[in-house]
Amino acid sequence: MARLFKNLKELFKYRVLIQNLVSRELKARYRGTVLGFLWSFFNPLLLMVVYTIVFGFILKPRDPSIGASPWSYALFLFCGILPWVWFSSSSIESANVLMIHGNLIKKILFPAEILPVVTVTSNFIHFSFGLPILLIFLVIFGKPLTVYALLLPVVIVVQFVFSLGFSFLLSALTVHFRDIKDILGNLLTFWFFSTPIVYSFQSDPIQKAPAIKTLLSLNPMTHVIEAYHYCLFYGRLFHWKRLGLTLLIALVMFVIGYAIFDRLRDSFPEEV
Amino acid sequence: MPAIELVDVSRVYQKYSAKHRFQTFKSAIVGGDIFRSLRPEELVTAVDGVSLTVEKGETFGVIGENGSGKSTLLKLVAGIAKPTSGRLKVAGKISALIELGAGFHPEITGRENVFINGIMLGLTKKEITRKFNDIIAFAELEDFIDAPVKTYSSGMYMRLGFSIAINVNPEILLVDEVLAVGDAAFVPRCLDRIDDFRRRKKTILFVSHDLTTVAKICDRVAWMKNGKIQMLGEPKRVVDAYLQDVAAKQEEEFQERRKASAPALEAAAGPVHDASPASEEEARAKRWGKREIEIRKVTLRNLRGEEKHVFHPEEGMVVEMDVAAREPIKDFVFGIGIFNSLGVFCYGTNTNLEDLEPVSISGEGRVGCRIERLNLVNGTYYLDVATHKRDGYPYDYHRSLYTFYVSSLLRDEGIARLEHRWEFSPAIRFKTPEK
Repeated sequence: MARLFKNLKELFKYRVLIQNLVSRELKARYRGTVLGFLWSFFNPLLLMVVYTIVFGFILKPRDPSIGASPWSYALFLFCGILPWVWFSSSSIESANVLMIHGNLIKKILFPAEILPVVTVTSNFIHFSFGLPILLIFLVIFGKPLTVYALLLPVVIVVQFVFSLGFSFLLSALTVHFRDIKDILGNLLTFWFFSTPIVYSFQSDPIQKAPAIKTLLSLNPMTHVIEAYHYCLFYGRLFHWKRLGLTLLIALVMFVIGYAIFDRLRDSFPEEV
Repeated sequence: MPAIELVDVSRVYQKYSAKHRFQTFKSAIVGGDIFRSLRPEELVTAVDGVSLTVEKGETFGVIGENGSGKSTLLKLVAGIAKPTSGRLKVAGKISALIELGAGFHPEITGRENVFINGIMLGLTKKEITRKFNDIIAFAELEDFIDAPVKTYSSGMYMRLGFSIAINVNPEILLVDEVLAVGDAAFVPRCLDRIDDFRRRKKTILFVSHDLTTVAKICDRVAWMKNGKIQMLGEPKRVVDAYLQDVAAKQEEEFQERRKASAPALEAAAGPVHDASPASEEEARAKRWGKREIEIRKVTLRNLRGEEKHVFHPEEGMVVEMDVAAREPIKDFVFGIGIFNSLGVFCYGTNTNLEDLEPVSISGEGRVGCRIERLNLVNGTYYLDVATHKRDGYPYDYHRSLYTFYVSSLLRDEGIARLEHRWEFSPAIRFKTPEK
């Protein structure tokens, strides 16, 4: 534990570097594209359009907690997809990040944990580009913001800690097990549907089936996405006990992820 | 106060077997303990109990063969690798010229890369802004600094990397073989900068295969072999010892190769009628003549009489032939010819050309050709030996059956070294060598 804090302090000293690497990441990603950083917004938007057509117009949900209108459903989706894209892109990129930047680890004095931090942070920036647009959509399509939207940073912190811990774990393990990348794609698809994004946790079929409800409750991302829904879509206070517990789980994830990362650290220069 | 201090430092590398590389996550889970499968199967000691003190302001060279642990040593000092055991103390800011431009991102501009790379190397943003013009001027990239780095040539890439690293203005500079890739104009400027560092009494740890430069610029040199320091001290002495060791190793390799090719040689050297038809043809290409006089054995020695295959020019060379005449013969010539690896005939002579009148030969004997100074440039050479009549009728002719190697510290070029001396009128001045 003491070592963890010492390393975190060390990491803080590198904040200027992290900041520069994040901005490099953002610049490099969309360099040469016509729309530039707007892609940070278009990607989740396109995803939302697809889901709205399939679930909103073709399957026509009759979930009273979301509302009958397909537009209302689209907003509900957007509230969940935006943070989910942050989480899943961070995870997928983290699985590769140590290999991609192998020569940094091998050739210069460079604390490897910066790389997953940069990945999660730069995806967070994409998320925060999309956020204002989501807020504007909410207001335009009749879901006025309430004071509870101000609690959004709390939810973001919980997700950040959880995502970072998961990224540490993934990046370190993928160095030794390259097929995690392949497993991860499937895992994330499964995870996506195990998280109330395209459906509501409050919907009858879930609330009336205790087994499924318990199962979904075990997924930390359920409570994170639920909290986003409460802050933005419902405009009510989230279940702070559940989110508090999720924060605890996120911290445990972080400590475990970092511990494994730290333990495998010395093998990185040889293996990446 | 020492700038770098190593006490009994070792670095053990974990070597994962090929089997491990193909191991999958699934099999690790099914097989049980994840950490068990992460355990290395073999350990390689790259640096083995090295103790070393580099004083402040010293230029310290490290030489040795590939894989002797030089680069690992440098990485340990740089902090990129951690010592497995032992104590390591470094006093002062370090800049490592190990891999130039290691952190460059191809998609963003040179300008942006200068900032990020500079920060990685320990500069602050303010410092980089201040030194920015110096950095691009030294790299000669004023016109390209706003182009993405992916459009750079490898030379431009390297120049920019070097320029950033050298402008970090460290107290300790680590240089690893980076000058090997620069073009003819850039390398001297890099060496200038390194010289500048020396004058300002900064500490330099210099790893190189360029022994001449090492001998010239270093105050002390360590020679590493198999992860240990084999010798440490005055540059010229260490470099000489190292060269001798390299020569001895080459010698060994020559012997090995000779043993490996012995059957073919035997076929060539043995009696003609014994050889099988296939190798007979091969043999005839390398050896011919009816062997009225036979050259039974050829030995290469230095002037001290030691049998060798790798020679320093000063050592001289004696080509020794054991010969035997089947019957007394009155007309005979002995000769040698030396060819380089390109097949260029470098030198040849025989007893007839030097007006030695043959009188008689009978039974067994020994012929020696003593070369006092082997004035050939570095390289591999092939030797012909022959005995024949004055009109050219061959008794026994050996074509390129023997090889030797010339190894010298001098770097002159061509075929042979002509004895010479440089002279200058007083208006032309050169620095007198420091040592």
